Amino acid sequence: MSLLRIRNLSVEFATATGAFRAVDAVDQDVDTGEILAIVGESGSGKSVSMLALMGLLPWTATVTADEMTFDGHDLLTMDARARRDIVGNDLAMIFQEPMSSLNPCFTVGWQIKEALRIHLGLGRAERSRRAVELFEQVGIPDPAKRLSAFPHQMSGGMNQRVMIAMAIACKPKLLIADEPTTALDVTIQAQILDLLTSLREETGMGLVLITHDMGVVAETAERVSVQYAGQKIEEQPVSPLFATPHHPYTAALLDALPERATDRLLPTIPGVVPGQFDRPAGCLFSPRCKFANAKCKSTPPSPCGADLGDARCHYPLNTSERIAS
Amino acid sequence: MTDPVIQANDLQRHYSVSGGLFKPARTLKAVAGLDFSLSAGKTLAVVGESGCGKSTLARMVAMIEEPTAGSLTLDGKPVLATDWAELRQLVQIVFQDPYGSLNPRQRIGTILQEPLVINRPDMTKADREAKAREMIDLVGLRPEHYDRYPHMFSGGQRQRIAVARALMLDPKVLVLDEPVSALDLSIQSAVLNLLTELQDRLKLAYLFISHDLSVVRHVADDVIVMYLGRAVESGPKSSVFDAPKHPYTKALMSATPRANPEADKVRIKLSGELPSPLSIPKGCAFAPRCWKAKARCAAELPLADAGNHVAACFFPEEAP
Repeated sequence: MSLLRIRNLSVEFATATGAFRAVDAVDQDVDTGEILAIVGESGSGKSVSMLALMGLLPWTATVTADEMTFDGHDLLTMDARARRDIVGNDLAMIFQEPMSSLNPCFTVGWQIKEALRIHLGLGRAERSRRAVELFEQVGIPDPAKRLSAFPHQMSGGMNQRVMIAMAIACKPKLLIADEPTTALDVTIQAQILDLLTSLREETGMGLVLITHDMGVVAETAERVSVQYAGQKIEEQPVSPLFATPHHPYTAALLDALPERATDRLLPTIPGVVPGQFDRPAGCLFSPRCKFANAKCKSTPPSPCGADLGDARCHYPLNTSERIAS
Repeated sequence: MTDPVIQANDLQRHYSVSGGLFKPARTLKAVAGLDFSLSAGKTLAVVGESGCGKSTLARMVAMIEEPTAGSLTLDGKPVLATDWAELRQLVQIVFQDPYGSLNPRQRIGTILQEPLVINRPDMTKADREAKAREMIDLVGLRPEHYDRYPHMFSGGQRQRIAVARALMLDPKVLVLDEPVSALDLSIQSAVLNLLTELQDRLKLAYLFISHDLSVVRHVADDVIVMYLGRAVESGPKSSVFDAPKHPYTKALMSATPRANPEADKVRIKLSGELPSPLSIPKGCAFAPRCWKAKARCAAELPLADAGNHVAACFFPEEAP
């Protein structure tokens, strides 16, 4: 059985102008020890679906799902108190902005020890020892001294390491990293991604990597789920996704990468992601899709089979290779 | 060979940083001596990590800040602070964040006309409006957008408006400070295409500041790689990308993730982080993080020779 199992998850936000569906019927599985990447542009609902899982959404959000289980716990029926025992313990998250996710009023040592005190109930000396150990594990030089530093005294890369140390403090079974390297420079990004993959190998935790950077996906992920306007439109292991994408959106996104360009002008995707008021009746990508016809504009497609990457498309691409093989 | 539009010689910008109540102020060398030239119709890309001085360079070229030392020549004329008002018409800037750089209380038409109101006071209102409407068309927006407010546009459209505003005074040089890094991938390619088309049509020179090597590889003609205020390597794009000479350039390229899961991942791991720009190491600034550093690197500052593709390193990488 998979570690995390989500079926038909939808999230709606009550806004002043009516309900807005940020996540629409998303299914997702994560196994122990695997790296799943969720890719999508801004507004694709990739962060919101994971925040719903953590129970971190504001009261304006309505979360509905057929099933949402993590490690045998049913997260749908669980009350807030019981959920708090799991969140931050077995299920941990790293956020995009390390500078704004840490409390500027306390030392980083205090903040990491707080997690150890609440979830593991360790004694004072034991907490200090473990905090130093965690800082060593994430590669912070001079760990004993850095425990008494405040977030503003350290660089962005170091703060992100503190966030990771805090997230893995209780040896989580699943770590969700929401754009963990977007705010960092490339040389630091490489260090952080190496750190996350090596931690996965040491501890055997599952890792969900939320990102918009196709390069990061190609180099770190094992399985990739592509989201568009709140829907999961395709899921494949990383190599076939880059070689033979089935959904036209995935294909167009890959073509738009500057490093794949052959001409001076890049292939583009016309139009913008649909918003609250211009959601098309049929396929959500149909207004921007170069293959769309009348059927695409009227009937929403349901996911194709697993051998076509569950692509939400009436006319999935790259099908011939599959039939031939 | 055409004459360069912009020529910089030993351009420097220092800031004075207060050290605290009882300590003397210290000098931060954000840009510590940079030479480059840029011709019409060409793109010069400046890459580097945060804190390397690339945005300070952009601000100096756009005449927002005065260089501490060194000289800048624009179209054959020396750039002096006294002539800024006049020369600024030739150099315009597009900023990274299109959400912060447009006035939310002005309509697009007003935003576009503002440069003309200030710099061409003798232009009639009808002429200004005609010019603004023409520009809206040029950057691929629709005529009805003229009367809308910035909040009604997406990030990519706002960046188009920012480009349109920069072009209102018919500049020769456009400084693009991370123009696409705040945009989504599908929007990014459209804005890059717009910039390419405008360059072909108007023979603009671009100073393209970016940290994204895959974008730079696509748009640039020449590249400068900066590290802690100095150019560590510069040259034509193809030779810098195909045969990087400086170890830092090599490390930067290997750290950039490539969107190809089949590519072999030989990453050069740099230990440590950028040193504080207040205490730049003596000798080569990159020496503390460099895997090839020898005693000489820590003692002497390596200088780039004159040439087409040059690197400031005592032990440059051999061509493959």
